[in-house]
Amino acid sequence: MVDNLLLLFNAPILSAQLLVDGILIGAIFALAAYGMALVWGVMDIINIAQGEFVMLGGYVTFFLAAAGVHPLYTVPVAAAALYLLGWALYRTVVFRVVDKDMFISILATFGISIFLQQLANQLFQADVRTAESGLGSFFLADGLIVVSQIKVVSFICALILGATLFLFLKRSRLGQAIRATAQNARAARIMGVNTDRVFSTTFALNAAICGAAGSLVVMTWLVHPYLGLAYTLRAFMIVTVAGLGNMASVLLASLGLGAVENFAGFLLGTEYQAAFVFSLLVAILVWRNALLSRQRKYLK
Amino acid sequence: MTNTTRNLLLYTLICLISLLAPHLAPAFRVQMALLWMMILFALTWDLGGGQMGYNSFGNIVFFGIGCYVAAVVQRDLFFAVEGQSQATGDLATSSPLFNYFNGLAVGLALAVIIAVAVAAGLGSGILGLRGQYFAICTLGVGIAAGEIASGWGYIGAGSGMVAPIFPGGPGQNATFFYYFFFALAVTCFFTLKRLYASRFGLAINAIRDDEDKAEAMGIHTTRYKTIAWCISAVFLALAGGAFGHLNNFIDREVAFPGITFGVWMVLMAILGGKGTLWGPVIGATIFHATQELFWTYLLGWQRVALGLLIVVIVVFFPLGIMGWLRSRWPERFGETVDLEARAAPISLGETR
Repeated sequence: MVDNLLLLFNAPILSAQLLVDGILIGAIFALAAYGMALVWGVMDIINIAQGEFVMLGGYVTFFLAAAGVHPLYTVPVAAAALYLLGWALYRTVVFRVVDKDMFISILATFGISIFLQQLANQLFQADVRTAESGLGSFFLADGLIVVSQIKVVSFICALILGATLFLFLKRSRLGQAIRATAQNARAARIMGVNTDRVFSTTFALNAAICGAAGSLVVMTWLVHPYLGLAYTLRAFMIVTVAGLGNMASVLLASLGLGAVENFAGFLLGTEYQAAFVFSLLVAILVWRNALLSRQRKYLK
Repeated sequence: MTNTTRNLLLYTLICLISLLAPHLAPAFRVQMALLWMMILFALTWDLGGGQMGYNSFGNIVFFGIGCYVAAVVQRDLFFAVEGQSQATGDLATSSPLFNYFNGLAVGLALAVIIAVAVAAGLGSGILGLRGQYFAICTLGVGIAAGEIASGWGYIGAGSGMVAPIFPGGPGQNATFFYYFFFALAVTCFFTLKRLYASRFGLAINAIRDDEDKAEAMGIHTTRYKTIAWCISAVFLALAGGAFGHLNNFIDREVAFPGITFGVWMVLMAILGGKGTLWGPVIGATIFHATQELFWTYLLGWQRVALGLLIVVIVVFFPLGIMGWLRSRWPERFGETVDLEARAAPISLGETR
């Protein structure tokens, strides 16, 4: 660890490399996080199966790519497939818990997450998979910084997707209904909004975004059945830091997380990267708790 | 027959059967020991998840801490085990104090101390937040502990470590640990029964029902939440330490089995009926029995079924077996209210 730290000081260009890599990955986190914020804000549900949507989106791309389709073209397919899955899950399970206590919906989505994870494990085996995009790399700063083109492409894809979603929510009729429901579901219902349809669309949209994110993940990185939890927790972390419904800060927090995680992976070794993500979550919650308890001094 | 005598009869009957069980069916001693452990799991999960409304998906951490601490104490203080592969080490000294059982006792005591320290430390760190934050946090903690355990060389890292072999004849350790788990689960049951009937029980139920109001009524919610979690930690650490010894071998999969024990404890509690005293016991018994009978024939699909089962229970059967019994036959299973105590003037004690 100390060696790696010294290495960073001796070769500052390495930091730039890590930073660029991390930021490019962070944009993918932003998608899952934005979906989580959407569902949390509109339906008051924290979706623990978020990461499983990402994982399944990755598998859609992997299998299509294995069948000969260029992986980049499969991003919309993954999104569409997951849209259907999200819609089906809403129609069968989620609509029954949407107006219940949050701890019921957490248990229900926890069950969904276990179900999807183990289903993927049974159907697709536990092997680590990746989809080869066949793109090369950019060499910056005399070849000292290597940026693979697929990461840049997926970064741009993520930004475009996020922007599309943002515009959809701002401009379209349904987007307005979604935002109205987020503000006050009861009032929206009185004003003639079909909140049930809003909920189903929101949940399906969230799944679709995650599916697209997963499709990007399998191109830039890898996918395996147990991948989900890390993405759920990352999304949760980002939303906790950035707050609900603020696209810009979600993006910023995601890019930051990507960079921090990449540095930690380099310093601690990749075998501790997962442990680092989870520990960071605990640290963030402790910090949040400390912030909030300052406002609650009167109770002591 | 009054309620009290009926209960007394029930308890005596269960205890009698349980005490005789290892002699009646010696082939199933380990399975029956695990049944008591499952009951303990469900009870401790329900203390947080059912009674307090704080779902924890990472209680398995305390179990794992118990496993490792008890084994490390045996290895480093009592037995000089050479290398990881040799299970039968010589005793560290020839003093009669240094034997297997004292080692186990010290190990368990230390396991409890460390588990409670972790629960209290983490609890005071995050339990000021609301339930959803706690739930997600524990989700991460459970995995993080496993990741750390599989990378830490001192506790055997990926290759695991061994606990010393039980002194005495073959199969005797099963009997010993059967009674150990039996005593532990019964202690846990009556501790919780006593707690739920006290001010503590009212306080954590108030937290579940409306935390803001509970806080406004002057309940130190964070303190109660932390104490409840610590109580879970105590019993889970004891169970973990004993399980590590029963299993003889400990690695990440044994000590932090998030996908099996960790999920089961949630499932068992909600199957039996969360927020009730008997619910987890019933749920654990049914789950363990069916699992032993035909669960194994599902060949890998059982974990898929596990997820499905959780969803089905939470969505379609949220009250669980006990809750269903209560609503079906309230006169038989409903909560009894002490009418005399109700009628008595409310004492204004505990004004601070």
